[in-house]
Amino acid sequence: MTVTAAPTGVRAVDRPAPPGALRIGLARIGLELRLYLRDPGQVVFSFAYPVIMLLIFGSVFGGETTGPDVRFEDYFLAGIAATGIMLTSFQAVGIAIAEERERGDLGRLQLLGTPPAAYVIGKAGQVVVTTAAQLALLLTVASLAYDVPMPSDVGRWLTFGWVALLGILAGTVLGIAVSPFVGSARAASAGITGFSVVLQFFSGVFFVFAELPTWMQQVAAVFPLKWLTQGMRSVFLPDRAAAGEVAGSWEHGTTALVLGAWVIIGVVVCVRTFRWRRGEG
Amino acid sequence: MTTTQIQPAVRVRGLVKRYGGRAVVDGLDLDVHVGEVFALLGPNGAGKTTTVEILEGLRRRDGGEVRVLGADPATGDRAWRARIGVVAQTTGDGNALTVRETLDHFAAYHSRSEETDELIAAVGLTESAGTRAARLSGGQRRRLEVALSMQGRPELLFLDEPTTGLDPVARRQFWSVLQRLRSGGTTILLTTHYLDEAAHLADQVGVIDAGRLADVAPPDEMGGDLRLRSTVRWREDGGFRTVVTTEPAVVLRDLLNTGPRADLPDLTVTRPSLEEVYLQLVGAAPVAETGTVPSSTDVQGALR
Repeated sequence: MTVTAAPTGVRAVDRPAPPGALRIGLARIGLELRLYLRDPGQVVFSFAYPVIMLLIFGSVFGGETTGPDVRFEDYFLAGIAATGIMLTSFQAVGIAIAEERERGDLGRLQLLGTPPAAYVIGKAGQVVVTTAAQLALLLTVASLAYDVPMPSDVGRWLTFGWVALLGILAGTVLGIAVSPFVGSARAASAGITGFSVVLQFFSGVFFVFAELPTWMQQVAAVFPLKWLTQGMRSVFLPDRAAAGEVAGSWEHGTTALVLGAWVIIGVVVCVRTFRWRRGEG
Repeated sequence: MTTTQIQPAVRVRGLVKRYGGRAVVDGLDLDVHVGEVFALLGPNGAGKTTTVEILEGLRRRDGGEVRVLGADPATGDRAWRARIGVVAQTTGDGNALTVRETLDHFAAYHSRSEETDELIAAVGLTESAGTRAARLSGGQRRRLEVALSMQGRPELLFLDEPTTGLDPVARRQFWSVLQRLRSGGTTILLTTHYLDEAAHLADQVGVIDAGRLADVAPPDEMGGDLRLRSTVRWREDGGFRTVVTTEPAVVLRDLLNTGPRADLPDLTVTRPSLEEVYLQLVGAAPVAETGTVPSSTDVQGALR
C-alpha cells in the first residue's frame, strides 16, 4: 500500500493552508469547459440556436426594412446576439447548476470546503469562453451569408465589448441567483427556457421594439435583455437608426446602469441564498 | 491515562436534533478515539445519518456539545474541513469526466494530495481509470468517492453506509481499502446496518437506537451480559432440551456427571451472535430464547 494517510496525531498547524479561491477557480474553468463540450445538447443548442434564428429571420424578412431605412437582417442580428449571450450565460448556467446539484457534483464541492468564489470564477470563465465562440460564429455567418455590415470603428467594438461583458456577468450571476428557486433539473430547464422565450418577445428580439405595446416595453425595461438588445443595436445599426428607438437615442448611460444594477442584484442574491444542497447547509 | 493527553477525534455529549418537533437524535453521547475504526450500527431511521451529517458540519444541531478534531463542526473553517474526508450516503449519478480526470482535477483543492495513480490503484479502479464517472457501476462510483475522500490525506474519515448496495465481492474489496487506510493511521467513523461489516472492520461498535447510543463495545464484547449467556442444547427423550446459562462449563460438567453412559446426542453450546445481541439491543427480539432466563444454579437444580 503506497497510499498513506497523515498520522492522526498531526495538528492542524502542520498542514499547509488549502489553496485559494483563484487557483481552484482557474482549475474549475478548465473543468467547466470540458463538461460543457461533453454535453452535446448544450453545445448544439447554444451554438446552433442563434444561427438558426438568424437563418429563419433572414429567410422570412430578408430585404425588408424597418423604421429609418434599416434592414431587418441588421436589426435582428442585434437581438439574436443579445439572446445568444442570455442563452450561454443565464440559461446555460441556471440549468447546469440544477443538473450539478442532482448529480451530486455540488455536494462534493461542499464536502471539500470549496470557496463559493472559486465556483463562480469557474462558471464565469466558462461562460466568457463559450459566449465569445458563439458570438464569433454568429457574426461570421451574419457577415458572410447576409452581408450584415460589421462595425469598422474602434468605438463601436468597445461598445460591443462592454455591453457583451456586462450582459455575460449579469446573466452568469443571475443564473446562479435563480438556481436555489428553480427546483429539479427538469423543472429548471422548462422554467428558465420558458421565461427566456417570453422575455425575448417582450425585449424586441423577435419584433421591432418600438412597435411593441407600451406596457410590454415598460415590463421589458425592467429586465436586462431589452438593454442588452438595444446596446447591440447601437453597435450593428447606423447612427441614424437611433431615431427609431423609443427614447430617440441609444441610451448608453441607462444601459450600463441597468445592466450594472442587475450584476449587483445578482451578486447580492447569490451571496444571501446560494446553497450547495437543498435544505440545510 | 492517555485520554487526558490526547483528546478524542470525535466527542459528542447530549446531541439533540429535531425535525418538526420530533427528536431524531435524542441525547446521544459518542467518543471516537484517534486511530480507531468506529462503526455506528442501527436500524433505518435510528439517527445514524443525521448524527454523521452534524459531525461533518452539514446539518445544524438543536442541542448538545460536539467537537470534531477539536473544533465545532457548525463553525468549522476550510482548514478544519481539509482534515476530514467524507463519503456521503448517496452517490451522485456521476458526470462526463473520467475517473482519472476527476481525481486530477480535485487534486487542486488540497494543499497536498495523493498521487492519482496510487489512489486509483488503492480503490481498485485501475481498469476503469479512463471511464467516465456517469458510466461506472454503482460500486465503482462509490469507490471513486472513497478515492476522493482520501485524496487530501484526511486525519478523520466519515463513511455513511459505504457498502450499501454493493455486491459481496465489491464489499470485500471495499473492506480491504478501509483496512489499509486504518493501518495508515486514519481514524474512521462509519455507519452501517450490516453486522458482519461492523464485526469485521470496527475496533468499537456503537449501537444507535431511537436517537441514543444503546451500547458501545468492541464487536466481540458487544451486549455484555446478553453476550455471556450461552445456550446448551442436546437431544433427550425424542426432543431438544435447552438451557441458557452464564456458566456453560458448569452445565456441561453436571450433564456429563449424570451417569456413566451419559450420551448427549446433538450437543451444542452456542453464544449469541453479534446479530442476536444487536436485535435484542434495538428491541427487535425477546431478551432471551427461553421465556425465563434461568440462572446457572436453577439449571443445576433442574438437572439433579
